[in-house]
Amino acid sequence: MNPSKNPIYLDNAATTRCDPRVVEAMFPYFSEKFGNAGSRNHRFGWEAEDAIEQAREQCAAVIGAQAKEVVFTSGATESNNLAVKGAAEIYARAPQGQRGRGHIVTVAHEHKAVLDPVHRLEREGFDATFISPPPDGVITAAMVEAAIRPDTILVSVMWANNELGTINEVPEIGRLCHSKEIIFHTDATQWVGKMPTNVEADCIDLLSWSAHKIYGPKGVGGLYVRRRKPRVRLEALQDGGGQERGMRSGTHNVTGIVGFGKACELCRDEADAERPRLLALRTKLERELTSRLDVTQVNGHATRRIPGTANISFAFVEGESLMMGVREIACSSGSACTSASLEPSYVLKSLGIGDEMAHSSLRLSMGRWTTAEEIDRAISLIEGAVNHLRKLSPLYDLHKEGVDISKIVWQTH
Amino acid sequence: MAYSTKVIDHYENPRNVGSFGTSKEVASRKDIGIGIVGAPECGDVMQLQIRVNDQGVIEDAKFKCFGCGSAIASSSLATEWIKGKSVDEALTIRNTQIVEELSLPPVKIHCSVLAEDSIRGAIEDWKKKSGSAAAPSAVGHNA
Repeated sequence: MNPSKNPIYLDNAATTRCDPRVVEAMFPYFSEKFGNAGSRNHRFGWEAEDAIEQAREQCAAVIGAQAKEVVFTSGATESNNLAVKGAAEIYARAPQGQRGRGHIVTVAHEHKAVLDPVHRLEREGFDATFISPPPDGVITAAMVEAAIRPDTILVSVMWANNELGTINEVPEIGRLCHSKEIIFHTDATQWVGKMPTNVEADCIDLLSWSAHKIYGPKGVGGLYVRRRKPRVRLEALQDGGGQERGMRSGTHNVTGIVGFGKACELCRDEADAERPRLLALRTKLERELTSRLDVTQVNGHATRRIPGTANISFAFVEGESLMMGVREIACSSGSACTSASLEPSYVLKSLGIGDEMAHSSLRLSMGRWTTAEEIDRAISLIEGAVNHLRKLSPLYDLHKEGVDISKIVWQTH
Repeated sequence: MAYSTKVIDHYENPRNVGSFGTSKEVASRKDIGIGIVGAPECGDVMQLQIRVNDQGVIEDAKFKCFGCGSAIASSSLATEWIKGKSVDEALTIRNTQIVEELSLPPVKIHCSVLAEDSIRGAIEDWKKKSGSAAAPSAVGHNA
């Protein structure tokens, strides 16, 4: 295989390149300033503690929180687990071992890092409602309100969807939860650092985010835990030295946390200018591909999406073979062949997009270093590959002949 | 996952792509057998068409495939292998030979099974249409 010397990275929703300014900020904390922030009686410890508290300020600032409200974790998966399981245990209406411990509202196309903790809670005596998204993928406050019951203790709705980029009605859902005194958690991994965030104005109690999605290092993230109105409490998932107000024991990942802080600071300074640039790139990508290629659709709401993420289905072309045809482009697909489970994307399926369109999808996500030239090149590469594969596609022929493929009875395996 | 050079070659230069006419045109042709296997919702559909002469020799074969690179390569390879063979010889082709030739990893064995099934399906169809000896019984796999 011989991918081009200059691959085009369009998988920024999976992870981002760590910004060199972030790496520079982290560097001294590997070897020179190596102290443990828990060492309270010498300068090495103080140095580490100072660095962590500075990072906590930087992280809090990007979400409009107080520094004390930020808990450092290993990433958004841990933050989501801590938020969902930690809050359910504290606000449970019945002790462990009993049924009827309380009701949780979440959404069918959340990330697995929320869905699987909720499934575990169901096995442990909690009830859950998984809201089915509408075809545009946007969860509204009205949908959440309809799902809430008198025994609802927690609502968890992501801010922006990782596969589609669609934006849920988070401030409205937050206000609804506050009016009903229900704890509200949002997985904001795809949102924070790109979009304006204010946990006060947006009525959020718990918010998860991650460094590596916003040009920081992997292995570090944050959980915002509201301290007043209401003061949110969590049951820790791991016990030990009592770091992070007892909510997350374990020696601090000082280098990672310093990098996370720097990454948040850069996003705070630069995201406002970045948004229109990314939106212009995405608009061009979507407009060109849907006009040059027939039976091609953008998945999710037409406009209510974060600027950098596009999810496009090219009917009658299978996603993995399409990725093979555009090997210079690094991207993702909803095709079963690209997933560990060999199932097509449950996110696309939950929107009522047929399995065959899920198999035919690409997620193209742009970021800080994506250039207009790269988008132009990506458009022509994708156009070429789709045309190549449609020449091979028996389904495209049937479509051209006017046969309704959904009416054919297939011999399935 | 990394693809073998042979898979990439078949993907980039697929052999014998096409058909002997639209689905309507070929439906009535007695010398043509069609095998269509898989389903769009499973992410792969293979269509193999064979043109068979009076001596029962596959004179030409054409394929179309909706599926991953390994599925495209398996069906492209199948057309190469069956061209010029008698239908009886073609029926001896096993998916394991395709796996070996293309160095398919275990998760892609499914693609080779589809290719074998499409050969059997096309021959069965030809036998039925041409009134040749009874079609072979149930399609078997070596997955």
